[in-house]
Amino acid sequence: MRKGTKLALYLAAIPFLTLVFALPLVNRVRPMVLGLPFLLFWILVWVALTPFILALAYRLEKKYNPPDDDEEKGR
Amino acid sequence: MNAALLIIFGTIILSSLLGVIAGRRLPMNLENWAVGGRRFGVLLIWLLMAGEVYTTFTFLGASGWAYSKGAPAFYILVYGALAYTLSFFILPPLWKVGKKHGLHTQPDYFIHRYGSRGLGVLVALVGVVCIVPYLELQLAGLGFIVNVASRGAISAPLAIILSFVLTCVFVLTSGLKGAAWVAVVKDIMMLAAVGVVGFGVPVIYFGGVGKMLRALSLQFPGHLVFPGATAHMDVLWVMSTCLMTGLGFYMWPHMFGSAFSAKSASTIKRNAIIMPFYQLPTLLVFLVGFTALLTIPGLANPDTAFLSLVDKTYPSWFVGFVGAAGAVTAMVPSAILVLFAATLLAKNVYKAGFAPRADDRVVMRLSRAMVLVVMVAALLLTLFFPDELVRLLIFGYDGVSQFFPGVVLGLFWKRVTRTGVWVGLSAGVAVVVALIATRHDPFFGLNAGFVGLAVNAILTIAVSLLKNRESALPDRS
Repeated sequence: MRKGTKLALYLAAIPFLTLVFALPLVNRVRPMVLGLPFLLFWILVWVALTPFILALAYRLEKKYNPPDDDEEKGR
Repeated sequence: MNAALLIIFGTIILSSLLGVIAGRRLPMNLENWAVGGRRFGVLLIWLLMAGEVYTTFTFLGASGWAYSKGAPAFYILVYGALAYTLSFFILPPLWKVGKKHGLHTQPDYFIHRYGSRGLGVLVALVGVVCIVPYLELQLAGLGFIVNVASRGAISAPLAIILSFVLTCVFVLTSGLKGAAWVAVVKDIMMLAAVGVVGFGVPVIYFGGVGKMLRALSLQFPGHLVFPGATAHMDVLWVMSTCLMTGLGFYMWPHMFGSAFSAKSASTIKRNAIIMPFYQLPTLLVFLVGFTALLTIPGLANPDTAFLSLVDKTYPSWFVGFVGAAGAVTAMVPSAILVLFAATLLAKNVYKAGFAPRADDRVVMRLSRAMVLVVMVAALLLTLFFPDELVRLLIFGYDGVSQFFPGVVLGLFWKRVTRTGVWVGLSAGVAVVVALIATRHDPFFGLNAGFVGLAVNAILTIAVSLLKNRESALPDRS
C-alpha cells in the first residue's frame, strides 16, 4: 500500500475510535462543558474535527502518493 | 390569502420552476438524466448530497427522537461523520469505475463487477423495496408539515398532491440536475429555519442553550446519556447502529448514484472532506426537541414536537416559512428517490432482466414512465395505507447496508466472487427480514441490520475463498 494511503487510513480510524468505540467511556452528563452535557460535547467535538482530519489525510495523500495518480485530473 | 399561505405556495412553485429551468437546454439522455452529465463540481455535489441527507426526518424525526428518546438520537449526529470518512476512500475509486464503464446506477456496478445480470436485478429490487417507504415517509411528512404550518388552511392530501405534481414536472424535465438546483433553495431555507429556531427557542424559554440543558439534566437526569428515555437503546445499540448506518449510508441507491455525477474523482474526495460540516446543524434540531420536552411535555406524537413548538412560539408568517422549508425539504429527496427508483426499474429490472438488447432511448422513455408509476404508488400508499409501511421503513437502512460487502470488497479485493456476493447478500437480507418480522430487533442489544451485515460479510468472504474457481471474472480496472 502506498505511504499516503496508509497514513490517510490511520487518520480515518480516529472518528471511528472516538465516535463509536469510545462511547461507553464518555456516556456521562458531567462535567458539563460549555453548557453541554459531556456526552454531547464529546460527540460534537469529534464530528466538528472530522473535516479537518480528512483534510489532513487529503494533503498527506497528495504529498506521499506518486503524482501520476489520476486523482488530480479534472482540477 | 394570508402571508403563511403565500410563502408556502410561492416557495413550492418557484423552486419547482427553478428545477425546470435548470434543465431546459439539456438534451435528456440517460447520462444527463441519472448522473447529471457527470459535470457537478464540489459545491453542487455538496448541496445535492446535503439535499439528500437532510430530509423531513431531520425536521420531524430527529427532534421527535430528542424529545421522546433523548441521547439515543445522537446517533444521527455520529453516523454521517463515519459515512463521510468512509466515502473519502470508497467513492473516488467507485467514481473511476463508473466513469470508465459508463455506469449510472448501483446495480450497474454489480453487473459490471460480478458479470451477473441476475445479481443486478436482485440489487435493483432490494433497492426499490427500500426506497418506496422512504419516499412515502417524505410525502406523508410534507402533508403534515404544510397542514400544521398553514394552521389547517391547506389539507395534507392537497399539499401532497400539489407538490407531487410539481416534483414530477421538474424531475421529468431536468433529471438529476433539476433536483440539484432545487436543493440549493432547500438547503438555504432549511438552514435558516433550523438556525433561527434552534438558537431561538432555548433563549426565548430559558435564557440560553446552557440553561435549557441544565434544566433538562435536573428534570430528566437520564435523558442526556444512553439509553435516555428508552429501555433497549443502550450504548451497545448506539454503537452498532452508528456503524451499520455509517456503512449503509452510501449504499442507498440514490446516494451511490449521486457519486457518479461528480466531474472528477478529486471532486468527490474533496466533497467528503466538507460533508461533516453539514451534520452540525442537527445539534440545533436536538435543542428544539429538548426545549419542547421541557415546555410542551406529553405530546401524543413526538414527531410533532418541532412544529408544535414553532407554532406556539413564532408569528404565523414565520411558521409559514418553516412550513415552506419543510415542504421543499421533502420535495428534493422525493425527486431524487423517485428518479433513482425509476431508473433502477427501467435499466436494471426491465433491461437487465427481460430485454438485454433494449437501447438507451427505450430505457430513457421507460424511466420517465416509471417516475409516474413509482410516484403514484407512493402517493396511493401515503393516502390510503399510512400505517402499513412502517415496518418496511425500518427495513430500509438495514436492507441497503447489505450492499456494503459486495461494493467495497468488489473495489478493493480481487478474490471476491459472484457466488460469494449472491450468498452473502441473500443471507444478510434474510437475517434482517427474519429478525424484524419476529420482533428480535435489537438482537442481544445489537441493531438487526448490523447482525445481518456481519453474517453477510463473513459469508461473502468465506464463500469467495472456498469457491475461487470463478477468478476469471472481468477485473474491475
